[in-house]
Amino acid sequence: MTFLNAIIVGLKEIAANKFRSALTMLGIILGVSSLVAMFAMTQGLENGLREALVAVGGLQKIRVEAQPVPTEQRHLRDFATGVTLRDVYALQASASEVDVVSPEMRLDSSPVLSANGRTYRTFMTSGVWPVQVELMEHQVEHGRMFTEADDSDARNVCVIGTGIRDELFGRPEDTGNPVIPLGRTMNINGVPFTIIGMFEHYESEMDRKVRLAREAEAAAARAAGPQSGAKRDRGWRGGGRQGNFAFWIKNNTVYLPLNTMWMKMKSGQTNGPAEPRLSNMEIRIRDVEQMDRALTQVRNVLLVNHRGIEDFAFRTQEDWADQIQSSVRNARLSGGLIAGISLFVGGIGIMNIMLASISERIREIGIRKAVGAAGFDIFTQIVVESVTVAVVGGLLGLLCSRLVVWLISQVTPTDNEPVITLGAMAFAFAFSFLVGVLAGLFPAFKAARMSVIQALRYD
Amino acid sequence: MALLELRNVSKIYHTGGEEIRALDDVSLELNNGEFISIIGPSGSGKSTLMHILGCLDLPTKGEVWLDGINISKASQRELARVRNRTIGFVFQSFNLLPKLSVLQNVELPMVYAGIGGSQRRERATAALNLVELGHRLKNRPNQLSGGQQQRVAIARALVNDPKIILADEPTGNLDTHTGEVILNLFRQLSIQGRTVILVTHNPEIAAVTPRRVEIRNGKVAERVDERLAGLHRQAAAAGMAAGLGVPG
Ligand SMILES: Nc1ncnc2c1ncn2[C@@H]1O[C@H](COP(=O)(O)OP(=O)(O)OP(=O)(O)O)[C@@H](O)[C@H]1O
Ligand SMILES: [Mg+2]
Repeated sequence: MTFLNAIIVGLKEIAANKFRSALTMLGIILGVSSLVAMFAMTQGLENGLREALVAVGGLQKIRVEAQPVPTEQRHLRDFATGVTLRDVYALQASASEVDVVSPEMRLDSSPVLSANGRTYRTFMTSGVWPVQVELMEHQVEHGRMFTEADDSDARNVCVIGTGIRDELFGRPEDTGNPVIPLGRTMNINGVPFTIIGMFEHYESEMDRKVRLAREAEAAAARAAGPQSGAKRDRGWRGGGRQGNFAFWIKNNTVYLPLNTMWMKMKSGQTNGPAEPRLSNMEIRIRDVEQMDRALTQVRNVLLVNHRGIEDFAFRTQEDWADQIQSSVRNARLSGGLIAGISLFVGGIGIMNIMLASISERIREIGIRKAVGAAGFDIFTQIVVESVTVAVVGGLLGLLCSRLVVWLISQVTPTDNEPVITLGAMAFAFAFSFLVGVLAGLFPAFKAARMSVIQALRYD
Repeated sequence: MALLELRNVSKIYHTGGEEIRALDDVSLELNNGEFISIIGPSGSGKSTLMHILGCLDLPTKGEVWLDGINISKASQRELARVRNRTIGFVFQSFNLLPKLSVLQNVELPMVYAGIGGSQRRERATAALNLVELGHRLKNRPNQLSGGQQQRVAIARALVNDPKIILADEPTGNLDTHTGEVILNLFRQLSIQGRTVILVTHNPEIAAVTPRRVEIRNGKVAERVDERLAGLHRQAAAAGMAAGLGVPG
């Protein structure tokens, strides 16, 4: 008997026992769809985490932070210079692995911003060079970033993120029209600045969708008429989710020119040193693969400038990346295990049905053998039947996985939209195929070995 | 050399500590083109003998030689091939597949012989016409009468053009007329050079075959019982022969 024939016989057998086959398939369908759904969820999680990582500049970004002088070098404390612009120039001149260096000088305490009759205590305000925009992956949507001219003249200009705009000038969602406070004056700790630029609104893919949906809803509500009564403000707008935290921080950016920060905000008010001390430098290296080499190089250059005093430290995103990797791996493993178990149970279901159908069909097998079916033919027929059930179930499971993913996202909305990948689908399908083969093997073997008269006499 | 030869074959069943010798030291030689009837009382071991002759069952003791091959030592694959190509078996209890149509049932041996679909249909239809069932191709076996099912089983046995045809009571369920038609068919097959072996309780049929083997208590009887073989009733035998007509 040809292989094709075996497949046809197997398919007929399935068609002849529709209900039984459907029940058997159900196990495989659920197994495959939960496996795919599980992978989709972890993929979504990974995508969300990576998105956040990219939002803060990716792996190529290294932060050099000023540190207290280490204990063993305490006696040299008076010679410690801290991180200064001299370091920036030195790195630009001598560190070949470094692509961009951007100095940053922060206000020590959380600054108070006031404008438009409102005040807002933000958590960070930085004096930077224009290049910082590039390094931190900022996009100026309205107005412009300040220039080197603004910096060297120490002009009182600033660029803000949408989070600051929301606090001081109102959210566009609430007011119903875009709020672009260009040219408006904002006081930072009492010093007036002109807002000359505003960054775009940063958010995760998922948040973007949610916001657009909500906007559409709000537009509809406005069209329906004004609402009356007191409004409840729940305060915190960041959402507090892990991935979104990075976006929230980014939206709360306030940038001033570095020189302005030093001359207008620092030297006049503190008893600091004459040379401008930086809070930190952001460095972008040329090649992530050469991370160690770059770090060594930067360290060497800085040590020369710092007379051998190690009053600085590096912070890379590697830990974060590793953490992403391990949490994704864990999620995938545990999820895959659970889904794998359900697929396995489905496989046992197939095996059970196959065995039952063989006891039911021992006479049939006897007859087939009596007219010349070889053991191999019977074997092929049973395996094909089992694989067909599994494969059809697998295909239906792939279809159902979309439904399952949709259901899960309805029941427990997360900030990470599940993504069904081709790899997960291929894996789940291959797994169901394997389950079909394994489930068919034992019954097929049993059926093929039975002697003809023994089978014919069976009742 | 004999086409089919049993050498001291025994088939012993053990049920509940009791030993049942369904066949007890049977030796038999069947030559090419012979037309043989096997007679004997119920439970004497006729079906058991047929199963062993048809390579469906292996003897507990002794050897079976078919066409020079020792069946007891043949591989499963060889046995399947012999059952498929060399032997056509008509079972006492038909053994049709209930889920397949009449046509598909008759096609089955050709499926395992690897014959293509259109040729299969053609030959199966021809075989069913031969047993006068050409008009019931699409029916399921359980929609047919016992005699009709018997004829489907015969068509299935003939369809792969086997050298040996074994029929276990092929006319038991048939009326006299159809029985004669079927018997005539077997005779024709025998004349074509096939070896035909029938089991029968009917002395009139036994009288028609040139050779008769009687089984008694699992052994081949030395002398065939004349009454069982229908030989004492010359008139009946003559009448039967007249009913069959002259083959040709
Ligand atoms: N699987 C078995 N287990 C035990 N005993 C068996 C088995 N098969 C057959 N027998 C016994 O072997 C003997 C011969 O059986 P067999 O079927 O060959 O008889 P038979 O001559 O064909 O009878 P009938 O004319 O009624 O068909 C019987 O006594 C039967 O009970
Ligand atoms: Mg019998």
